[in-house]
Amino acid sequence: MSLFSFQIPFMPEQASKFALEVDLFYIALWLITIGVTIGIVIAIFVFMVKYKRRHNGEIPDQIEGHMMLEILWSVIPFIICIGIFAWGAKIYYQMYSEPKESLEIFVTGKQWMWRAQHPDGQREINTLHVPVGRRVKLTMTSEDVLHAYFIPAFRTKTDVVPGRYTTTWFEATKPGTYHIFCAEYCGTQHSGMIGTVTAMEPGEYQAWLGGGTNEPPAIVGERLFSSLACNTCHTADGKGRGPKLTELYGKQVKLNNGSSVTFDDTYIRESILDPAAKVVENYQVIMPSFRGQISEEQIGQVIAYLKSIGPKDGDAAAKPAATAAAKPAAAKPAPAATK
Amino acid sequence: MATEVMAQAEESRTNYLTNGHTVKSWLLTLDHKRIGLLYLFSISIFFAIGGIYAALIRLELITPQGDLMTAETYNRVFTMHGVMMIFFFLIPSIPATLGNFLLPLMLGTKDVAFPRLNLLSWYVFMVGAILMLITIMSGGVDTGWTFYPPYSSIYSNSQVTLAGVSIFITGFSSILTGLNFMVTIHTMRAPGLTWFRLPLFVWAHYATSLIQVLGTPVVAITVLALAFERTLQIGIFDPKLGGDPVLFQHMFWFYSHPAVYIMIIPSMGVISELIANMTRKKVFGYHFVAFSSLAIAVFGFLVWGHHMFTSSQSMYAGMVFSLITYAVAIPSAIKTFNWTATIFKGSVSYDTPMIYALAFIGLFTIGGMTGLFLAALGLDVHLHDTYFVVAHFHYVMVGGAIIGYLGGLHFWWPKMTGRMYPEVWGRISAAIVFLGFNLTFFPQFIVGYLGMPRRYHAYVPEYQVWHILSTAGASLLAIGFIMPVVYLAWSLKYGEKAGDNPWMAAGLEWETSSPPPTENFTYQPVINHDAYEFENVKEIKEAAAKEAALQTA
Repeated sequence: MSLFSFQIPFMPEQASKFALEVDLFYIALWLITIGVTIGIVIAIFVFMVKYKRRHNGEIPDQIEGHMMLEILWSVIPFIICIGIFAWGAKIYYQMYSEPKESLEIFVTGKQWMWRAQHPDGQREINTLHVPVGRRVKLTMTSEDVLHAYFIPAFRTKTDVVPGRYTTTWFEATKPGTYHIFCAEYCGTQHSGMIGTVTAMEPGEYQAWLGGGTNEPPAIVGERLFSSLACNTCHTADGKGRGPKLTELYGKQVKLNNGSSVTFDDTYIRESILDPAAKVVENYQVIMPSFRGQISEEQIGQVIAYLKSIGPKDGDAAAKPAATAAAKPAAAKPAPAATK
Repeated sequence: MATEVMAQAEESRTNYLTNGHTVKSWLLTLDHKRIGLLYLFSISIFFAIGGIYAALIRLELITPQGDLMTAETYNRVFTMHGVMMIFFFLIPSIPATLGNFLLPLMLGTKDVAFPRLNLLSWYVFMVGAILMLITIMSGGVDTGWTFYPPYSSIYSNSQVTLAGVSIFITGFSSILTGLNFMVTIHTMRAPGLTWFRLPLFVWAHYATSLIQVLGTPVVAITVLALAFERTLQIGIFDPKLGGDPVLFQHMFWFYSHPAVYIMIIPSMGVISELIANMTRKKVFGYHFVAFSSLAIAVFGFLVWGHHMFTSSQSMYAGMVFSLITYAVAIPSAIKTFNWTATIFKGSVSYDTPMIYALAFIGLFTIGGMTGLFLAALGLDVHLHDTYFVVAHFHYVMVGGAIIGYLGGLHFWWPKMTGRMYPEVWGRISAAIVFLGFNLTFFPQFIVGYLGMPRRYHAYVPEYQVWHILSTAGASLLAIGFIMPVVYLAWSLKYGEKAGDNPWMAAGLEWETSSPPPTENFTYQPVINHDAYEFENVKEIKEAAAKEAALQTA
């Protein structure tokens, strides 16, 4: 093996693009810490030996303080701290900015297991298979309590929060199998909510994807869309009692309170569970809540479906407000989604 | 001369300890010194309970499998460890014991401003503590001391509500103590004792009181809201009921981050006293040390979001919280440098309190610097909720707060009891605590970076070696903590008589007898000099005169 496979002591394997950067930062901070600590310890030892009390009546000369020293040991640490802040913020910004052109995997946490759904239909529990050399974005939610998705070898961790989507992303660099830990305490079997992530060469990953018989989530979502009777109101011709949802994903939608919202994962999820929260302009609040009738995983499938019938040019966010949603009468029928 | 001897003999006949021997005279006492001892006795018991839980945790983690106890038991054990140590030991530790005992003595006054309120605070504390003991006996709590919903509000089937009520009640004792101290420091200082003549112990307690009064109500509201959601299904935090779980984290840490300063600032005050008196030097940069306590107290309220960098809080909010967290690191650095500078050209004693003070500086430096790791956004993503965090806060809370408390306890023990503890045993146990502590918690930094999450009952085998080291260290640490209990108790009866000022220390508390009379001073002290002026210490002058006489002879 090459020199780079050498395992650095006291560190988990470096298997993602973030790993090296985080490790260098970590080492730098230890160097500063060790330097400061050793400096203070040496000073203390020297002072203790040199200025040991020699006789009981001793009163040393008093020193009130030293303004220049105070300024120095306030300002220098402050400058170092600002440097550490900036370094940390830079890495954090990369970790939590939306990655471009990523493989999107939907993850749900549940006491005490991890479910993952790949866009091509593969589903897995407590394992995650990802290709190396490609950005992978996880969109996550919880069906019950707080969890956190932690992959030490990738140096990534994000809380998995019920009631909202959180995302994390990474790019695996080294094929292998690594730990997944739940890092946010979630009850009795918290320490059993662990699994493995397997990073594979892209070809192997394609082969692995082909190994199952699962349908892609968008297809399942389409079926849910009709079995839950969503399509009776959200008709594709835009004349239904609900707004038309084709070619809408990622666009801005005008609401009846004058504001607008992006038609994205979070808004879709909220509208399914709490339809009255943000109502599209010119529509009535007639949709019932589907809370309790649809699982987080199924919501993810419906979102995948709505995404699949979204704008095809991939430039949706830049488009002006969707008039289709706001003015149903003016909309053209969209044959693709007719059921 | 003769009248002085007589006066001293009279004092030794009636000090605060001999003024009433009945149980009633203790339980209904309004004397701040006796209330301090009531607290000392109570929190020692709670520390022992929390320590037993710690021992159970360390024993379970020797092996990767969860084999000593079930996961359910383990979760209750680490929760109760945290709850007992934080709410019933660390928060009251220095303020309620040493603070209660010393503040009026240092201010040259008879008592705190509201003696009845002071006694009430102990009773309120005990009601809360007994409720927590009932909680333990009825099964305990398994949510972690952080009580994050919706697990705590909906899913947990342990005694969350009872524990919440207990913490709610205990909080009031903290508020009452803080209020009492603030009013006392403002209004009861002896003539001539201006703000900048105050010992730094008093400044530290002033800053602490500020946090106790302003912060504690917020945690009270938070646990109340949690109890409402749990018992009445009012949706505040659980999204299934229309709530927001991240809201709880904001509210909880708005108190609980400043609360770590409630635990550490008094200890910093103790260290300032120990270093000054054990080196016979004025604290270097007195004003900087004094104001840094206030700065920590104020900035401490603005950094709570650094507990939530991975919680789905906005990225930009994370950046602001990170930046302010670095601002709060500076006052701590200033203190550390000033203490070290104080030793320079001092007259350094090697007695036990000094050993504790030096241990504090070393351990607090590591504890504080590893805080910089956790405040660094991109690094915290990896470190959050791992053993790195566990190691960091034990370095600050044990290596800082408890080491300071033990140092202070040894230093003022002769004043409190009139007896000396055995010095040799004191030094040996201090050394054992220092070694045991480092062996327990340093491996946890490493295993944390390797990825070991906290609150794990079982873990993957590759982490075992670090856990074995940690458990070995904990055994040593336990010995180091048990030793002082034994020899301090022994010294109550057999210890050498201390005299008024065994350390030849500067400070009003050393000018009165040991133990002090109920009214603290038989005269009204008037202060015309700064703190830590050793040329005014009678005992040093006498020793110097004796030495001079010997030399000339």
